Amino acid sequence: MRLTISAIAMACTIGAASAQNLTMAVGAPVTSLDPHFHQLSPNNAVAGMIFDRLVNTDAQARNVPGLAESWSAVAPDTWEFRLRRGVRFHNGSEFTADDVAFTFGRVPNVPNSPSSFAGFVRPITRIEVVDSHTIRFTTNGPYPLLPQDLSNVYILDRETHANATTEQFNAGPMAVGTGPFRMIRHANGDRIELERNDNYFGEPPAFARVNYRMITNDSARAAALLAGDVDVIDQVPTADLARLRTDPRVTLAETVGLRIIYLSVDHMREDSSPFITDNDGRPLARNPMKDVRVRRALSMAIDRNAITSRVMEGSATPAGQFLPPGIFGHVPDLGPPAFDPEGARRLLAEAGFPQGFRVTLHGPNDRYPNDGRIIQAIGQMWTRVGVRTAVEAQTWTTFVARAGRAEFSAFLIGWGSNPDGSHPLRNLIACQSRERGWGNSNRGRYCNEAMDTRLMEAMRTLDNGARERELIALQRLIFDDQAIIPLHIQTNIWAARRGFVVTPRADELSLAQSVRPAVAR
Amino acid sequence: MLIYLLRRIMQSGFVLVAMSLLVFLGVYAVGDPIEILISPDADQIEKERAIQALGLDLPLWQQYLVFVGKALQGDLGRSFVFNEPAIQLILQRMPATLELAFGSMFLSILIGLPLGLYAGLRPNGAISKGIMAGSILGFSLPTFWVGLMLIMVFAVQLGWLPSTGRGDTAMLFGISWSFLTGDGLSHILLPAINLALFKISLVIRLTRAGVRETMLMDYVKFARAKGLSPFRVTFVHVFKNILIPVVTVVGLELGGTIAFSVVTESVFAWPGMGKLIIDSINVLDRPVIVAYLMMIVLMFIVINLLVDIVYTVLDPRVRLEAKA
Amino acid sequence: MSTTTLPAPLPKVETPFRRFVSEFCESPLAVGGLVVFAIIALVAIFAPWIAPQNPYDLAVLDIMDGRMEPGSVGGGGYTHWLGTDDQGRDMLSGIMYGLRISLLVGVGSAFIACLVGASLGLLAAYAGGRTDSVIMRVVDLQLSFPTILAALMILAFLGKGIFNVVIALVIVEWAYYARTVRGSALVERRREYIEAAICLALPTRRILFNHLLPNCLPPLIVVGTMQIARAIALEATLSFLGLGVPITEPSLGLLIANGYEYMLSGKYWISFYPGIALLITIVAINLMGDQMRDVLNPRLKK
Repeated sequence: MRLTISAIAMACTIGAASAQNLTMAVGAPVTSLDPHFHQLSPNNAVAGMIFDRLVNTDAQARNVPGLAESWSAVAPDTWEFRLRRGVRFHNGSEFTADDVAFTFGRVPNVPNSPSSFAGFVRPITRIEVVDSHTIRFTTNGPYPLLPQDLSNVYILDRETHANATTEQFNAGPMAVGTGPFRMIRHANGDRIELERNDNYFGEPPAFARVNYRMITNDSARAAALLAGDVDVIDQVPTADLARLRTDPRVTLAETVGLRIIYLSVDHMREDSSPFITDNDGRPLARNPMKDVRVRRALSMAIDRNAITSRVMEGSATPAGQFLPPGIFGHVPDLGPPAFDPEGARRLLAEAGFPQGFRVTLHGPNDRYPNDGRIIQAIGQMWTRVGVRTAVEAQTWTTFVARAGRAEFSAFLIGWGSNPDGSHPLRNLIACQSRERGWGNSNRGRYCNEAMDTRLMEAMRTLDNGARERELIALQRLIFDDQAIIPLHIQTNIWAARRGFVVTPRADELSLAQSVRPAVAR
Repeated sequence: MLIYLLRRIMQSGFVLVAMSLLVFLGVYAVGDPIEILISPDADQIEKERAIQALGLDLPLWQQYLVFVGKALQGDLGRSFVFNEPAIQLILQRMPATLELAFGSMFLSILIGLPLGLYAGLRPNGAISKGIMAGSILGFSLPTFWVGLMLIMVFAVQLGWLPSTGRGDTAMLFGISWSFLTGDGLSHILLPAINLALFKISLVIRLTRAGVRETMLMDYVKFARAKGLSPFRVTFVHVFKNILIPVVTVVGLELGGTIAFSVVTESVFAWPGMGKLIIDSINVLDRPVIVAYLMMIVLMFIVINLLVDIVYTVLDPRVRLEAKA
Repeated sequence: MSTTTLPAPLPKVETPFRRFVSEFCESPLAVGGLVVFAIIALVAIFAPWIAPQNPYDLAVLDIMDGRMEPGSVGGGGYTHWLGTDDQGRDMLSGIMYGLRISLLVGVGSAFIACLVGASLGLLAAYAGGRTDSVIMRVVDLQLSFPTILAALMILAFLGKGIFNVVIALVIVEWAYYARTVRGSALVERRREYIEAAICLALPTRRILFNHLLPNCLPPLIVVGTMQIARAIALEATLSFLGLGVPITEPSLGLLIANGYEYMLSGKYWISFYPGIALLITIVAINLMGDQMRDVLNPRLKK
């Protein structure tokens, strides 16, 4: 029996290996081919096929040489990047340091951009083109994150793109980069057709032609794979995982991602919080969420394993911190809080709520895998320890605006981290500050000035070892204080038909160069 | 007549203005597009820049005036996410939707007319009862559910037809159409059936009712009394009489079909206007939502106006009332 | 309305209601529909007393009981005859409660929309002139606007909730009633009895509701029945698109939507049984409405 299956698999593999074409379906629509117009994962994925960055990232989200072969801080406030020679754009134009300078000038000035890349080049105060393939960036004080930031900026050509508009990128003529694929056709919201760039400086892609389709409906995408219409899909719906794992026609590629799903609570209000009442429905005099014992109790009441195994069907790992192992800033031996309903009841009683209280847990229902289901499951668990929980799921559009205005008492949300411990700290935990540009997604309004001061110092430490130690210490501090209640880190999953192998990426990007024909063993 | 026409056009214009206000206010009351569109780690400076870039820093009435001012010059705004004129985006997607709508209309007549004719001619036969019960089913089944079932059965289980998307297209008059290629046809079949289901039932019912009424008419009775063959009576006298109202109603349904394709398009990942509007609602791309709704309203106003004009021309009584 | 003892011209006393009943009963399908609908309504009304579980109480649900096959016994100690959904909700209970929501939304919205629509339609027909044209332009506007889009917008604005769904459905549906009532009222208004009533200087309200409305009832009933079915289907679609009722109080549509994701992996029961329940409900209502239309349509009288 096993022999037959592997024989069939082999036959399929051979058949597919000779194929030159790849059809892949992605779950999120690509809105623009202008790599500087809208900072959005699906757009970045397409840009990652057509264009290159100075610093590329590998599947484990590590920085690797891209258009820059190497980089180093030549002075505390100056980074030097040495560029790759002999690289040409798809139209034959040569890549030089001048193109980098041009690109960094364009990034903050793309008209009508709803979410620009300007933040990545803002730390740079001066650009100096040393020679045709060396460039120096001066920053305002030491800035260790520059290479990380520049791994988000796609490089354009001064000769080609001097006056390029977003529309010209979308229509095709300006979608010219140095990347492994060249763009052939773009049917907005439907598909992008790509062709192999035979002069690519890196590893040549395996497929001569790629049909990159957008199928946003989860079930439809999985159905398209099973029906054989597409070879690879991303964002595999968790409901289909059980079946796909046992389906001999399909292989899954999984890796732990960088997106954490967590609960945020109201740290802002000292007195009554809008969605918390006593058991008779009357507002409470004080906000229980301000008490760390209550926050800890709520965290202990959650059976994370039940959520990841039952609701997420194994496509997530219970989490006690932002980042998975192996990522810069991961805290060693800080595991997920243990499930302890008895302890949770005790802590609640200690905090003065022996009878519990009532709370409404909010969350989106169309944003993260199973988001609506997770909050219902947590509602069950909290209710069992005496915190009677009502659950309200809303569409992301409504939810995120209200969460941003800190209207909720407790809510579920997710965060995709850069592979750097300071990123979640700066954006989710640090006090909201316009001047520092911090606390941008701090929707619970947690604020700990001492942490911020230490973080600021860490952000000026060029020594990676010292900086990581400090980031780890800061994370221990805020998780001890239950600034947020971490739930789990999602697993990124791709599914491929037999004959195709996908290298799963931690950063969720679905790239055609990550797919190869299976090698017959 | 001319005065009546002018009055109707003026009324329509008024409706359009009222609608634009309603749509604009409705769309602009929902959510905060910056929160949706902007990267979650963007800082305050970046947010403010984006708010300004999208013109959301102005007070609502000023935004509306800007919108009206541009609309009068035929510009319904630029999409927040695509940075292209909203009208252009919609027009790009229109052929796919029109193709689907006409495909389903064609199917509904092709299937509905013969069935309805049969049911009307033998109203008490078992098959007719079956057809009518089936047509109730067609009315009752929610579109989204049928769509999912169609994919489940024909694409996944049987593997006969592709599950989603539009397939290959061929150019005609400078526009891509998928009904010109075999692959395209196989892609359009399931969504067209899905969208047609409701209209098949409608056509069956209209035809049956029409046939039953026509059969009682004196001229049909005369024709039968004259000894004309039942075949001739059916296909010349009855058929001719019912075809016009059926086609008219199906034609009038075009607008509804285009609007209702929202559900079908999102189930079948059909890259038409309906999918665009759902995607736009999901990311609060206000200009596209407003432009789409305005175009739908305009389309219905024009259809209604044309119908009224035709009626006025055909029926002098309406004309008299309009003058009175 | 016809219980007054006027001297009957016919020898056999036959009230319109009795005639309606006897003609309605000519179709076994329609009677079947009525019986089924009555059963469904009873189940929906008495769900809290007959359902094995309260599916809206998070405290009695356990995700460890999730996605159990029909016929298995869960942590609660009783058999889940139709299986459980992903939250461990007993599907049989879920469907009973879901029917409640669906019927409440369908009947409730149809009733309110009928009230609003019929009043405006009568007013338009009776008053004529500018009132008529204003009301009818609004009706045109409403009818010209795709139902599904309008409901989407309204719900996006109002937020989720059963009450909000009802409001949205009323807003998108009232125009059907208004047009129907105006149409038949216009015909009736020309009749002598109305002219007589006007000559007698009866109060407007009395003419509208005592004289005009009863004679417009038949088409209104037909439209109303059909609209209930439409409203239930529309609510299901909205819930499917994620804009309907709250997830903790699922209607049939939401149960279907929740379960559909599991169809591919063979867990058909989560989506299938609510789908069947929805289908039976809508078909039963439409069967009744269909026969009523045939009975009440004067042009088809033999």
